[in-house]
Amino acid sequence: MSAPMGSRRGSDLASRPWAGRTRRYDLFKELAVGTAVVGALVLVLSFAFGSPDDRAITLQSWAQAAPADFIATSTAELGGTSDSATYGPPYNHTKDATQTFGPIDLQSFSGVRLPVDAARDFVIGPLSTTPSARAAVAAWSSADAAQRSSWAAAYAAALAKAPSGDPARVAAGSYGPVPALTASLLGMAKSGALDGAIRNERGSTSLDATRTTLFLGDGAYFNDLASRLHLSGDQWGVMNETGNYPGQAWLWLFSLWYQVPLIGNAANADVLVIGIVGVLSLLLLLVPFIPGLRTLPRWIPLHRLVWRDYYSKRAPR
Amino acid sequence: MSAQEPDATGWTGHARRWLLKRLPPDKLLPDDQPSYVASWIYVFGMGAIASLVYIVASGLVLSLNGPAWYHVSALGRFVNSTHLWSVELFFLTMVVHLWGKYWMAAWRGGRALTWMTGVIAFLASIGAAFTGYLLQTNLDSQWIAFEAKDALNAVGVGAWFNVADLGQIFTWHIVLLPLAVGAVVALHVVLVRMHGVVPPIDAAETDAQLSGAHGTVLPPAAAGPQESDEALPVPVGSATS
Repeated sequence: MSAPMGSRRGSDLASRPWAGRTRRYDLFKELAVGTAVVGALVLVLSFAFGSPDDRAITLQSWAQAAPADFIATSTAELGGTSDSATYGPPYNHTKDATQTFGPIDLQSFSGVRLPVDAARDFVIGPLSTTPSARAAVAAWSSADAAQRSSWAAAYAAALAKAPSGDPARVAAGSYGPVPALTASLLGMAKSGALDGAIRNERGSTSLDATRTTLFLGDGAYFNDLASRLHLSGDQWGVMNETGNYPGQAWLWLFSLWYQVPLIGNAANADVLVIGIVGVLSLLLLLVPFIPGLRTLPRWIPLHRLVWRDYYSKRAPR
Repeated sequence: MSAQEPDATGWTGHARRWLLKRLPPDKLLPDDQPSYVASWIYVFGMGAIASLVYIVASGLVLSLNGPAWYHVSALGRFVNSTHLWSVELFFLTMVVHLWGKYWMAAWRGGRALTWMTGVIAFLASIGAAFTGYLLQTNLDSQWIAFEAKDALNAVGVGAWFNVADLGQIFTWHIVLLPLAVGAVVALHVVLVRMHGVVPPIDAAETDAQLSGAHGTVLPPAAAGPQESDEALPVPVGSATS
């Protein structure tokens, strides 16, 4: 009769102290040798390959490298059409923006705990700290919501039609203070002042880069850069890192599901992937109790390689 | 001190008696192992622990110098590299160890909690590594924060676990998750010592059925570096009753 493959403690051999032969063993010696070998490997790998450290992107470097994209993104922030402006919880109250699974809407549970008003926090607020845009800010602030949207939408459409999205080549139109606001913001960003102004909204000693990161992510520049470096979600995303480094290879099972079109293209892809990985993790945790999964090692006898010495010396039955 | 202390009284005495019964010194710090513990696969658990030593040491140096240090110092960059590569080796050895234990069905004989603490250590380590990647204060960490926020927000935790907040992530990476990984790994190792190494699937009660085992000492088995090449001549077949 075969020995049980479950974990229950009983009268079987695996439940009792081993009564057969033993071998000499030195726990501390093994620890010392293991630590020395791993230490040598760490040193060799570190000397040979180092570690990646590509400089972080700032609003300043974005504005200098891709001013047209910066202007288009700022216009979208003003018009309330950017990803950040329409994100939903935990940043703002946009309706029907959350990812759900049937009636389950976990994203809404937290409410708006990290408030982000894209037009105010990314554009108008920072410009209010500089005198150069005072008239444009005043014109924007005195307009109603419909008027603001109309100006921003018209300017966004005009930018899209302009050659290379160049603001200098936009056709004349009814854009209100939007061109002046975005041009001033570009100047502020190029000088480096915008990075500090947005971060200071959370206090001058804040370590919170949420708003800067969201603003960067709304533009094409940051996303295009990530794609060129093979970091985007459809390129196995966060498990990669810049350069030729292994990255977080252990996240492969997480990234894998985003590559499956049926899941990766779903509106609630993140919920689906987290759910799948959660269930698989639970299965791994509970393997000792799951019939079939716990018996697989008997059916696929790789254990015979591990204990080949033991099995090879067994007398034939 | 005997595990059968008759005079152990009070909470402390009872706790000592319980601990000594469950984990006597010769189990905690063994100088022998069953003869079947003879494969390179047994090396990888120790390899993961050794890697963890370097992760903690290099991480301490990095955190004591602040997150910007390694960007501007050659020594800092090297320490950062040792941190990265010890993490890579940690996961490599841990995953091989995990798969090895799966194919050995190492949960048999009341060892389910040993398996489960190993899996929890693996999952907690993924969280610890993830927060480490968020702490790099460079393009990688910036992009990972931007990408990862959507999954965390979608399941409702992004409001409290904000990947773009360096202060929060620092606390997770250098305090909470290392404590969690350290505690679970320690419990895992204690459980391994308490229960001993799982015997081969369908092993016999003793070595009596092994060729050449009757009254003689077998030649040394092909062993990994953790085993001595000297077998102990214990009475074979003495525990068959």
